[in-house]
Amino acid sequence: MACIEARGLRKAFGKTIALDGIDLRVEEGRILGLVGPNGAGKTTALNAILGLTPYEGELRVLGRDPWAERDHLMRDVSFIADVAVLPRWMRVSQALEYVAGVHPRFDRAKAEAFLTRTSIRPDSKVRELSKGMVTQLHLALVMAIDARLLVLDEPTLGLDILFRKQFYDSLLNDYFDRTRTIMVTTHQVDEIQDVLTDVMFIDRGRIVFSSSMEEFESRYVEVIVNPENVAAARALKPIYERQSLGRTILLFDSVDRQQLKPLGELRVPGIADLFVALIGDHCAAAGAAR
Amino acid sequence: MNNQSNAMPESFQAQSAAPGALPPTRPLYWSVRRELWENRFVYVAPFSVAGVFLFGYLISVGHLPARIRELSSVVPEHFQAAILKPYDIAAAFMMGTYILVTLFYCADALHSERRDRSILFWKSLPVSDLTTVLAKASIPFVILPLLIFGITLVLQFVILLLSSAVLLGSGLSVASLWTHLPVLQMSLLLLYHIVTAHALWPAPVYCWLILVSSWARRAVLLWAAIPVLAIAGVEMIAFRTSHFATLIGHRLIGGGPVDATGPGMFPTDPMTHITPAAFLGSPGLWIGLALAVAFLVLAVRLRRYQGPI
Repeated sequence: MACIEARGLRKAFGKTIALDGIDLRVEEGRILGLVGPNGAGKTTALNAILGLTPYEGELRVLGRDPWAERDHLMRDVSFIADVAVLPRWMRVSQALEYVAGVHPRFDRAKAEAFLTRTSIRPDSKVRELSKGMVTQLHLALVMAIDARLLVLDEPTLGLDILFRKQFYDSLLNDYFDRTRTIMVTTHQVDEIQDVLTDVMFIDRGRIVFSSSMEEFESRYVEVIVNPENVAAARALKPIYERQSLGRTILLFDSVDRQQLKPLGELRVPGIADLFVALIGDHCAAAGAAR
Repeated sequence: MNNQSNAMPESFQAQSAAPGALPPTRPLYWSVRRELWENRFVYVAPFSVAGVFLFGYLISVGHLPARIRELSSVVPEHFQAAILKPYDIAAAFMMGTYILVTLFYCADALHSERRDRSILFWKSLPVSDLTTVLAKASIPFVILPLLIFGITLVLQFVILLLSSAVLLGSGLSVASLWTHLPVLQMSLLLLYHIVTAHALWPAPVYCWLILVSSWARRAVLLWAAIPVLAIAGVEMIAFRTSHFATLIGHRLIGGGPVDATGPGMFPTDPMTHITPAAFLGSPGLWIGLALAVAFLVLAVRLRRYQGPI
């Protein structure tokens, strides 16, 4: 069964079109990365999925209409919609008590066990915690909820690399069990490339690229071209070219690896590089025009 | 805080018994708890006012024996009025606290969660907008009336004990004090006054504030006052009357459809009659309550669309 299914999902704020007829299908048990430039419609899409905003078109999340059935849906869906949304006046113990009180699928012991591995004390107020600790607390709450879909919108924004790594390690080791579905947006997409099973690019309210990671890895290849082979490599029509430390790096789409091997060093491209290749140009142009 | 520790094992039982379903009252109960965690002034303010009042009374109670001796010579009605005075003032202080706390609470009710972005956290949990708004409305309509009633009763009782002790200490009889104090009547009247004059009668004002707090991006009290001022202003210029302003003021300060507010309207005044039939029969009450419900329904609908500001 599809966890999320959308057909012709549309949302406009006045004359600004945030979602321009999106079709998407996310199967259960996937970890999907939603990547897009600022203002591409990522958050709007997530808000529609979470029942936080009305929309046009067809959308089912776990078989429910999220706008009409949000209260029910929230028993099976968790989300961290933004960093630092935990109320600052709340104590850690109060947060645990409250979620235990209102959520039928919350395992308080699990959240407490996770918190004992951090330096967060139960009697601390959220306002006294560092940004990283607030994220840890939120993660502890969310991971202790036995949800079928977890939505994360820039969950690690503004955190240092240690916290970011720990965040995704915890998520993979303690939470993900291949039946749950996780949907995540982040700007540090290369850091979670190994975590994802699927990736989707969204730009100006449209899905412009969608692929599983296996397909992504077999289809795209990046070649660090030896200087003498640059002309030959360019003849094979790379979709993107960049220079790094004096070397030419070319990105190929569906080109035979046997053909590429003699030209230089082959490697799996980063999602960010493909993103720049597919979307970056017009973004840079738009940036220059501004 | 004792019930806090008692409540926990309960919640686990409920979970293990029926995962996936909670009784609908549990989210409401916890939503009310979170309001009290967040807005501690709801109970801190009444307790502080009561404490300050008691402190003031402690200073003045020393003059009581002299005053009683002086009053013994006057007519009994005046004597009773003089005896009742501190209890009236105590109640009046507590009613004033109720109004102030309620106004500030309601003006912030659906605003603070948008201001500090925590609405995104609350909305990530299976608690409906209706439950949230009902929990918030329960503060001015259930929690505060009970709290104010309880604190006022205790405060008046402590005043009674203090004055009795002082009288006994100076060799005077307390009989006159106790016989002139209609204790049961006073507490009944107090409860009646709180429920009618301060909860039900001004309900549309409180709910209007809750509604505006769910909509305004900032300065809730200002946005709530502007339409009132505008209507009152137009009325004053066009018709040279001030019915609307009087109406709103009357709703706000309490009182009721029957008794006009004014001196002698203190809740403990035994001369004021409990007139539930007249109160319940007044169309003003029902129009007000209908408006209050309409405002709350609108607030529930608005919260659905609202995100952080």
